[in-house]
Amino acid sequence: MSIAISARKLRKVYAGQPPVVALAEASIEIKDNEFFTLLGPSGCGKTTLLRLIAGFEHPTSGDLEMHGSSVVDLPPHKRPINTVFQNYALFPHMTVAQNIGFGLEMLGKPKAEIKSTVDEMLELVKMTEMADRQTAQISGGQQQRVALARALAPKPKVLLLDEPLSALDFKLRKEMQLELKRLQTETGITFIFVTHDQEEALTMSDRIAVMSAGTIRQIGGPRDIYDHPAERFVADFIGDTNFLPAEVVTFEGETAQVRLASGKTIVARTPEGEAVQGKVTLAVRPEHATIGAEDAGLLSGTLGEVVYFGTDTHYHVSLNDGTGFVVRQQNRPDHDNDVASGDRVGIAFPPDVGQVLKD
Amino acid sequence: MTDLATPQERRAARNRWLLLAPALTILIIAASGPLLITLVYSFLSAGDYGGVEWQFSWSAWFNVFMERDIFDDTLGFSDAHLSIFWRSVKLSLMTTLLCLFFGFPTAYFIATRPKKQRDLWMLLIIIPFWTNLLIRTFAVVELIRNEGTVNTLLIWTGIIDEPIQMLFTEFSILVGMVYVYLPLMVLPLYASMERLDFSLVEAGYDLYATRIKVLRRVILPLVKPGVIAGSILVFVPSLGAYVTPRVMGGGNQLMIGNLIELQFGQGRNWPLGAALSITLLAIVMIALLAYVRTAGEEDTRHG
Repeated sequence: MSIAISARKLRKVYAGQPPVVALAEASIEIKDNEFFTLLGPSGCGKTTLLRLIAGFEHPTSGDLEMHGSSVVDLPPHKRPINTVFQNYALFPHMTVAQNIGFGLEMLGKPKAEIKSTVDEMLELVKMTEMADRQTAQISGGQQQRVALARALAPKPKVLLLDEPLSALDFKLRKEMQLELKRLQTETGITFIFVTHDQEEALTMSDRIAVMSAGTIRQIGGPRDIYDHPAERFVADFIGDTNFLPAEVVTFEGETAQVRLASGKTIVARTPEGEAVQGKVTLAVRPEHATIGAEDAGLLSGTLGEVVYFGTDTHYHVSLNDGTGFVVRQQNRPDHDNDVASGDRVGIAFPPDVGQVLKD
Repeated sequence: MTDLATPQERRAARNRWLLLAPALTILIIAASGPLLITLVYSFLSAGDYGGVEWQFSWSAWFNVFMERDIFDDTLGFSDAHLSIFWRSVKLSLMTTLLCLFFGFPTAYFIATRPKKQRDLWMLLIIIPFWTNLLIRTFAVVELIRNEGTVNTLLIWTGIIDEPIQMLFTEFSILVGMVYVYLPLMVLPLYASMERLDFSLVEAGYDLYATRIKVLRRVILPLVKPGVIAGSILVFVPSLGAYVTPRVMGGGNQLMIGNLIELQFGQGRNWPLGAALSITLLAIVMIALLAYVRTAGEEDTRHG
C-alpha cells in the first residue's frame, strides 16, 4: 500500500503577541484507502493539521507530500483533495444538484458527465428526490449528505472531514457513522476524519492519531490505542481508565513485572520501544478488572458507590492508599454480585491487561 | 385583509393605527407635501422676479425637452437640456461603476481583517464622510488644479512640461464625485461582506475554483444585496449632485442639479426648475426600476 499523505515535521505558528503555536510538530503517514482519524480535544491542532493538508493554511515549517511529491506550495484548488466542512458550507444560492456539480464544473468537465456524476452522487447519498431543492430547505442530516456528495463528486484522492457529525443528533450520528464507513469502503478514497469524539474514532477508523497541545501523542489502530495507550493523556482521553502507582521489578522487553501498592506483583505491558524502571503509572481499564473477596484480589479497598447502568454495573472502590478505582462488570440475569456499599472488597485483573505509561 | 374575528382584535388594530397616526401624518406631509408643491409649480407660469403666477401653463414642461428658435420660431429639441441630462446620467453611471470598482476590494479587505482591526479601518472610511462636503471637494481641487499637487509633481519629475488641464472637465467632476460618494458604496458592501460565511469561500477554493471563479460564482452572488444597495446609494445622489459639479466643473460642465438651481436663481423660472426636478425624479425612478428588475432576473436565472 502506498502512502497518500505524508507530513514531515509540519509546524504552524500564528503570528501575534505572543505567537500561537497551533501545531508544534506533526509527522504522520497516511496510507492509500485508509480511514484515518485525527482525535483530540478542541485546540489540540487537529483542525489546523487538516487545514494544512487541504491547503487553506501554509505551514510555518516542515514538508507535506502527497503521493511522493511536495504540495506545500500548491493552492487548495490545485490539490486533488476535497473537504466536508464542519458547518457543511453549502452554497446557499445554489440547489442541491448545483452544489454537488460545482467541483466538476470548476474542473471544466463536459455537461453530460457532470449530470451523470451528480445523479450518481445523489443516489449514493440517497438524495435523488431532493436534487432541485434549495439548501436552506433541507434538514441538517440531508445537508450533511449533500456536503459529502459535493466533496466526493470530483473523485478526490483524499477526502477531509472536519467534525462533520458534530451538529447531528445522536441517532442520526450513529447512522451517519455507518454510512461514512460504507462510503469509504465503496469509493476506496482515503478519508481523513477529524473528531473529538473518541467513540466515533474507535468505531470508524482503520488508524487513529491522538493529538494534544499541537503534537501527535500516539498513532495506531483503535484496538492498539484503547488497549495499549502509550501515555497518561491517551489513556485518560480515550475511554475510562484507572491509574495505579506501581514500581518496576524487572523489565523484560515488551513487558515488565511491576509491584503494586499492595505489594503484589503482576506482569504488565510496557510502551513500545521504551525501557522502564523505577516508579511508574499503570493503567487498567475498568472492564478488565473484577471485584471479589478481599483476600483474593491484587488490591483491596472499601466499596463506595454501586451504579447500575442496565448493561453493566460500575463499582467505585476506594483503595487502601486512598486512590479511587472503578470496576465495570457486565450484568447477567442469573448472576448477582452480592456486595454492598461499605463492604471490604478485593480487585483482580489478569496479567498483561495493565499498561505501563510513558511520563 | 382578513376579517378580524372579535371586537377585541378590532379594537387592538384600531389602537395600533391610532398610535401610528402622528408619525404617519408627519411622514405623509413631509414626504408628499414638497413633492406636491413642486408638481403644482411645474404647471404654473413664471413670475417676472421669481416665484410663480397662479396661471396654468404647459410652458415649463415644454421647455424641459423642447425649445423655440429665437430667430425663426421653429420647434426643436432642447439640445442644452438634453446634453445636460445625458451628462448627468453618464457621469452618475460612471461614478457608480468606479465606486464599485474601488469600493468592492476595499470592503473585502476590511471584512477579511481580524475583528479588532475592522472598526479602525471603517473609521478611516467614515472620517472623510463626516467632513464638510465643500472642504472635501476643494481638497480634490487642490490636488488636480493646474498648480496643484499632481501637476507640480509631474512637472518636477519631468514627465510633463505643461500642466494637464484636469480641473473644470467632466473628468474632474467624476474624480470629485467618486471621492465624495465612495463611503456610500463601501458601507453597505462591507455590511453584506461581514455577514458572508468565509467557509463558503474556502469551499469554493476546495472545489477547484480559481480566485476569479470564487469571486464570480460564490462571493458576488452572496454579496449582491450590498452591491445593489451601494449602487443605489451612490447613483441617486450623483444624479442630483450640485456642489461637486459646481466646484469641479467650474460652471461650464452643468449637471441636472446645477441646471435646477439656475432656474430658481438667476433664471427666475421657478416652474421650469420644478419641472426639471420632477424630471430628475422620473429618471431616478426609471433607472432604479430597470436596475432592480435586471438584478432580480439574474437572481432567478441562477436559481
